[in-house]
Amino acid sequence: MNIKAKILDQEALQRVVTRMAHEIVEKNKGTDNLIIMGLRTRGEYLATRLKNKIFEIEKVEVPLGILDVTLYRDDFRTRLKQPQVSVSNITFDITEKNIVLVDDVLYTGRTIRSALCAIMDFGRPATIKLCCLVDRGHRQLPIKADIIGKNIPTSINEEVRVKLVEHDGEDAVYLVEADK
Amino acid sequence: MQLKIKHLLGLENVSSSDIQTILDTAVSFKQVLERPIKKVPTLQGKTIVNLFYENSTRTRISFELAEKRLSADSVNFSVSGSSVSKGETFKDTVRNIEAMKVDMIVVRHASAGVPLYLTKITDSVVINAGDGIHEHPTQALLDMYSIREKLGKLEGLKVCIVGDIAHSRVALSNIFGLKAMGADVSVCGPATLIPRNISDLGVKVIHNIDDAIQENDVLNILRIQLERKAKASFPSTREYHKFYGITKERLEKNKKDVLLLHPGPINRGVEISSEMADGEHQIILEQVTNGVAVRMAILYLLGTRHGEEN
Amino acid sequence: MARKTNMQTLLKNLRIIDPELGLDLISDILIDDGVITKIAPEIGLNDWNVDIHDYSGCVAAPGFIDIHVHLREPGREDEETVETGCAGAAAGGFTAVACMPNTDPAIDSAEIVESIISKAAKTPVDVFPVAAATMGRKGESLSPVGELKEAGAVAFSDDGVAIKTASILRKVMEYASMYDLPVIEHCEDESLAGGSMNEGLNSTRFGLTAVPPIAEELTVARDIMMAEYTGAKVHIAHISTAKAVQLVREGKAKGIKVTAEVTPHHFILSDDCLADYDTNFKMNPPLRTAEDVTAMIEGLKDGTIDCIASDHAPHSIEEKEMEFEYAPNGILGLETTLSLSLHHLYHTGVLSLIQVIEKLSVNPRKLLNIPVPAIKEGEKANLTIFNPDTERTVKVSRFKSKSKNSPFNGYVLKGSPVAIFNKGKLITSE
Repeated sequence: MNIKAKILDQEALQRVVTRMAHEIVEKNKGTDNLIIMGLRTRGEYLATRLKNKIFEIEKVEVPLGILDVTLYRDDFRTRLKQPQVSVSNITFDITEKNIVLVDDVLYTGRTIRSALCAIMDFGRPATIKLCCLVDRGHRQLPIKADIIGKNIPTSINEEVRVKLVEHDGEDAVYLVEADK
Repeated sequence: MQLKIKHLLGLENVSSSDIQTILDTAVSFKQVLERPIKKVPTLQGKTIVNLFYENSTRTRISFELAEKRLSADSVNFSVSGSSVSKGETFKDTVRNIEAMKVDMIVVRHASAGVPLYLTKITDSVVINAGDGIHEHPTQALLDMYSIREKLGKLEGLKVCIVGDIAHSRVALSNIFGLKAMGADVSVCGPATLIPRNISDLGVKVIHNIDDAIQENDVLNILRIQLERKAKASFPSTREYHKFYGITKERLEKNKKDVLLLHPGPINRGVEISSEMADGEHQIILEQVTNGVAVRMAILYLLGTRHGEEN
Repeated sequence: MARKTNMQTLLKNLRIIDPELGLDLISDILIDDGVITKIAPEIGLNDWNVDIHDYSGCVAAPGFIDIHVHLREPGREDEETVETGCAGAAAGGFTAVACMPNTDPAIDSAEIVESIISKAAKTPVDVFPVAAATMGRKGESLSPVGELKEAGAVAFSDDGVAIKTASILRKVMEYASMYDLPVIEHCEDESLAGGSMNEGLNSTRFGLTAVPPIAEELTVARDIMMAEYTGAKVHIAHISTAKAVQLVREGKAKGIKVTAEVTPHHFILSDDCLADYDTNFKMNPPLRTAEDVTAMIEGLKDGTIDCIASDHAPHSIEEKEMEFEYAPNGILGLETTLSLSLHHLYHTGVLSLIQVIEKLSVNPRKLLNIPVPAIKEGEKANLTIFNPDTERTVKVSRFKSKSKNSPFNGYVLKGSPVAIFNKGKLITSE
């Protein structure tokens, strides 16, 4: 990994997560019918942290779901490697609920498009909002995040790498040079 | 995790890692089947032909459901009789279908070797849904999935296949697959229904059903198939039931809880009693459900595979 | 290419091997009007009317005969005819063939024997019909043995199947032995027959219906015992299992008049070849195990197996391009037997060149009471000329046979047929 800059360190990342949790509750006007849904892989850990933070703030257990969108991807023919399918974990009814989709980096928007299709096959939510830790720009579809941790403008030959303690052993956000 | 194989013709030369990938992927698809909307868009735009030269409603429907739930376009081509009686050669039939630009062919045929032949004369991905008395890989895979789901593992398990081994493609595929995954495989049945050299495949031969029950964790009970040359090989279904039928009395006598599988359709009162067919030891209907999930996994893994050599 | 018969033909620098005469020398052969007029080294001639060929490096042997050939005429002229079959035989180095009676109708009447012989008269090859042992080969009643012999039949067989019952077999043997004619048996127990390949581990792995080796051995045992009982001559066609060879060995040791032939595919290929379900490896008797192949080689070596015969069985492309279980049995043999025998028996040291010649010429002729051509001044020239060392790549598309069902396409073999000389003509193999 060819690091160009460390955008967020551990303290900064944790403060961002705290602020996002408050924003979620604010935009939902409380915790009624709220569902936090994380996208594998790192979105899952972020969603868990947000759920726990919301519990700290409001003393309410918001339901947590994990979504695997592999079967909804649009890039089977062009990817170099066949992606590995995993399972989603949504054990509750999502109809008429307010879903907050959580992912680490928002880039082209195609993953979120797949996630929207996947969610619709589970039921009919009342609303879906998007919460992402980093928005790096370069959207290819008309997708917009409602809650953003940090805006990081990037060029095409750069990448944003999010590291989380649960998965990578540290909390940080790096700007790196893209692999050729 | 891409499969090494490009087609699924049988389990004889399939690596344990490929089998593992298929079984693991099937877990995701089983989940899809438990949702209200049992559909994913993954194989949208792909055309799959079910080329069934042999009568089979349940396997064909299982494949058809799997294909439709993956949003593929599924077409059935049923032919009764071989190319000999049809006039048109088998090769011409297949070439005609290919000219209609299909992506995958699921084939069942009464003659061994036909799926292999298809891979030589078409560019489509070929999946064997049963070729004569040779292999029936998707059945064995769903059997292994069902066992693993219920008992948590395959390695080291003692599995016995009971019945007409000599004429059973389910038996042969199960032998290859289970052995690849490290299970201890044996077969049980009358000597006239077990091939002379089956032990060369690393399989123990048992003729006494009580021994089979006592020594094994799982019994895969095959249908006694009168339409497949077995007729002259044993005296009657009555005799078979008496000496090989799985009944409540038999299990109680052996004080053993074994897991019972059956590929269906069941001959109640012959290889398995009605009571056992509906009882708590069997997972026959789960096998059917799992069958759709496993077939979805196979269609997904082979249908979205990137061929380096293509 | 044929030349006019009133021309002389001079074949130079041949290694002449005639096992019966004990000859093995390098010499020229001068032939005039089909008769050998001179055998001497360095024959020089001033006569311009001589067709001269330099065959340095080649061997001349008494004309080879393939005693198990299916010419398909009458009945399946789409697959082969007497004419095309003989063209293939000549190209393969044979000056004679014995043709089998499972035609349609079967060779069970004198007229059919005569018709085949007269068609063959126009070809460079001598054809000796084997007549059906029973009417229509049905195994129920005797065919007119005496009449068939007079018309030119040299042996009797229901080939395609074994003679149906012990009682008919006995009658056929008793009758044929009056004329000192052998009964050629396709040994296969009818009730065990019907599978597509040899029964063994491979038939289980490949999921194909199978024929157990004992189906052949039971009939071999029956026929040898009946031959002993009746004093008749029995010839075991296309022997293929180790146990069958052992039975023949024991029969010969007891002085019973039993002989045997083996096909090249049975001393070269095993049932591993069937992994791809290629119908060009499907024949009856089927390819057996590697142990059986070894037993065939041993049998050739110790003389238990007297001769090599191809069981040349042409089939149309549509028929062979079918599901394995439905495809008919049989492969071509005339145009590959000589090369396969030299490559796999002579060049491996199993047999000497003289022994190969005996298996392809002397022994088969003798067991059918057909005169063995002598390479001697004053005798009609009936020669097989081959080069034991040149390599050839088998190209089925260029075969003279009407059919193309051979598994040996592309094989590179050491030892090639070069030409035959028979009926006054030199026919060169291409």
